[in-house]
Amino acid sequence: MINIKRRQLIKTGMAGSVVLLAAAWLAAPVDDYPAPLSTMRLDFLQAADGQIIRSLAPVMLGIAGLPLDDVVQGVDRAITKLLPAVQQELRQLFDLLANRWARWWLAGVRSPWAMAQAGELSQFLQRWQNSSLLLLRSAYQALRALINAAWFGNPASWGALGYQQPPQIMGLLP
Amino acid sequence: MTLPDPIAQGVAAGWRVLDGAAQTQDLQLTCDVLIIGTGAGGGMTAEVLASAGLDVMMVEEGALRTSRDFRLLEAKAYPELYQEAASRKTADKAITILQGRTVGGSTTVNWTSAFRTPPDTLAWWGERYGLQGLNSQAMAPWFDMAEQRLGIADWLADPNPNNSVLERGCQALGLKHGRIRRNVRGCWNLGYCGMGCATNAKQSMLVTTIPGALEHKASLLSRARVERLLLAADGKSVQGATGRLLKADDHSPSARQFNIKARHVVLAAGAIGTPAILLRSGLGDAHVGKRTFLHPVSICGAVMPQRIEPYNGAPQTVYSDHFMHTQPLDGPLGYKLEVPPVHPLLMGVTLPGFGQHMATLMQQLPNLHVMLALLRDGFHPDSLGGQVRLRADGSPELDYPLNDVLWDGVRRSWLTMAELQFAAGARQVQVIHEQAALQSRWKAAREMIGQLALKPLLARLVSAHVMGGAAMSSRPEDGVVDEYGRHWALRNLSVIDGSVFPTSLGANPQLSIYAFALRAAHQLCAALKA
Ligand SMILES: Cc1cc2nc3c(=O)[nH]c(=O)nc-3n(C[C@H](O)[C@H](O)[C@H](O)COP(=O)(O)OP(=O)(O)OC[C@H]3O[C@@H](n4cnc5c(N)ncnc54)[C@H](O)[C@@H]3O)c2cc1C
Repeated sequence: MINIKRRQLIKTGMAGSVVLLAAAWLAAPVDDYPAPLSTMRLDFLQAADGQIIRSLAPVMLGIAGLPLDDVVQGVDRAITKLLPAVQQELRQLFDLLANRWARWWLAGVRSPWAMAQAGELSQFLQRWQNSSLLLLRSAYQALRALINAAWFGNPASWGALGYQQPPQIMGLLP
Repeated sequence: MTLPDPIAQGVAAGWRVLDGAAQTQDLQLTCDVLIIGTGAGGGMTAEVLASAGLDVMMVEEGALRTSRDFRLLEAKAYPELYQEAASRKTADKAITILQGRTVGGSTTVNWTSAFRTPPDTLAWWGERYGLQGLNSQAMAPWFDMAEQRLGIADWLADPNPNNSVLERGCQALGLKHGRIRRNVRGCWNLGYCGMGCATNAKQSMLVTTIPGALEHKASLLSRARVERLLLAADGKSVQGATGRLLKADDHSPSARQFNIKARHVVLAAGAIGTPAILLRSGLGDAHVGKRTFLHPVSICGAVMPQRIEPYNGAPQTVYSDHFMHTQPLDGPLGYKLEVPPVHPLLMGVTLPGFGQHMATLMQQLPNLHVMLALLRDGFHPDSLGGQVRLRADGSPELDYPLNDVLWDGVRRSWLTMAELQFAAGARQVQVIHEQAALQSRWKAAREMIGQLALKPLLARLVSAHVMGGAAMSSRPEDGVVDEYGRHWALRNLSVIDGSVFPTSLGANPQLSIYAFALRAAHQLCAALKA
């Protein structure tokens, strides 16, 4: 049943944005749960979006023990610098992913984000990464770029990469 | 020792500099010449006109940032200095476009490679577009002038180990290659040009022509986004421009507007910004925004056996044009090979794949080598470039459809780059494609590359060279401006930036833009003073 629906969605989604329209309709009534409480100050992301990032980041980056608050904060900060038109697309994407049914049908992730296992998340990422739909590939790329930028833009990530800024100038900067 | 900040000094000494974010009222201003955008084209034009005594005003969407703001931090630089925080994309999101968005435009963040326009490109414009006046000989004095003004000269230091990989690979395979000239004076050889030059060595517009213009009483309004041109009632000339001031976050419009009246207006907002202003002003004729070119760039990574620290040292110093000049200009797309600087954030968003695969590559960052192939678009009959159009909110978007000629070039360039990297001693090669496995032998890599699916967002393509969209032509019906950048219909409007080129260049564009801008600006200056 679920599979048929998913295929229907994808078929009607050939024109791309139809998938999002359908998803927006789906996304409206039923929130995912549990909506985590956060004490972080976020400008764009909502608590549920933050949870999605927290679940996906370790799988996306292949790194355990990440400072997840920093990554969420970094993604939030990055999004606030994007064009309103792009922010709107990301809003749709996060609303979509935060919706129980869309998560299930479109992402193929059965457990709520907070409980999903690495394997399940990794399959989801792989499916969207290689999807025949440009829209899903671009959604994957958006998540990928945001999480990578948030982490590798953070000096906390540099030690593990063997990267450091040139010492001959750092002491001279204001 | 502390690093000098010539801009802060100039401002303190009384330069006429207005920050849009600091204004508490709407602005009504007048000047002789209004220049919109302060990049390669705008900066050059401003200095020429201001030093001739004209009353020049520059308007810039980005903020005035100077060496004291440049901290060698990607997470700070990209949102502060780039269009759309360095994540501007074509409509299908397949190509990421880097463009500057600060005083100095893209020249403040560019990688300092300086090439003259290739003679075959100029000859092609003469033949195909009737622009015979723009041949190498006629252009030579303008190139000379630009090179002198910006300290463009041979770079005598050794290439960094990252660039040496390209040189070694070319030597091993017998491919023509050369060293790249750079616009620097007293360069520290750090490798952080893309984040703004903290030592003011890079001779960008920020430290050369813009101070030059300000010294001659030009004024600068930053954090001010031009929305449209003000047209005269009869629609036959422009009277200035109007737009919104931006808040201190550099991005959101404040409640304040500005209106600038001018005798002449120069559009220099870059090859996406300029067509966008024309379109918003209702001046979108048949050519505006069309034939916008990118030198779409394909990428190939390699793990070298030794540490090369690709983030240290002058970013691009070796190139190969072997695959530009061994085939016809309008045949299968030729490509130029270069080596970009590698930094963690840029690398993180560029490498394909996720999870363990990515993590393992990132951990080898000091040994990672990355090579670029810049595809020469706009010459092959099927290479028509893209089209700038407006979103519902008026912001510009470039639709650049990827077609077979381009994909063919991408595949051939991957083959070349992988072979070169192995020839230079690479241990493993990573084609920047979502489905490409890391390869340790050339033969296996070749087979794999032959089979990679060529689809948007599987291959990662980028560009830092936006050109075209308001092309020069020899007849009004064939383009937007004449060879001096004068708008065919509105004679007190000029376009002086990368959007005037009728095709891509086949070389990094800054020096071409400088030379064409000098030529156009001198002509304009003479006309305005007459
Ligand atoms: C990261 C990077 C590396 C590069 N490396 C090299 C290199 O090594 N060698 C080389 O030759 N070229 C390089 N380039 C390209 C080169 O810098 C550009 O081609 C050149 O600067 C373009 O000049 P321009 O005048 O057309 O536009 P820009 O220099 O981009 O200037 C346009 C300006 O207009 C402003 N603007 C846009 N819209 C508006 C508006 N509505 N209102 C007010 N202002 C507006 C923008 O903010 C910008 O500051 C690089 C570019 C980048 C981004």
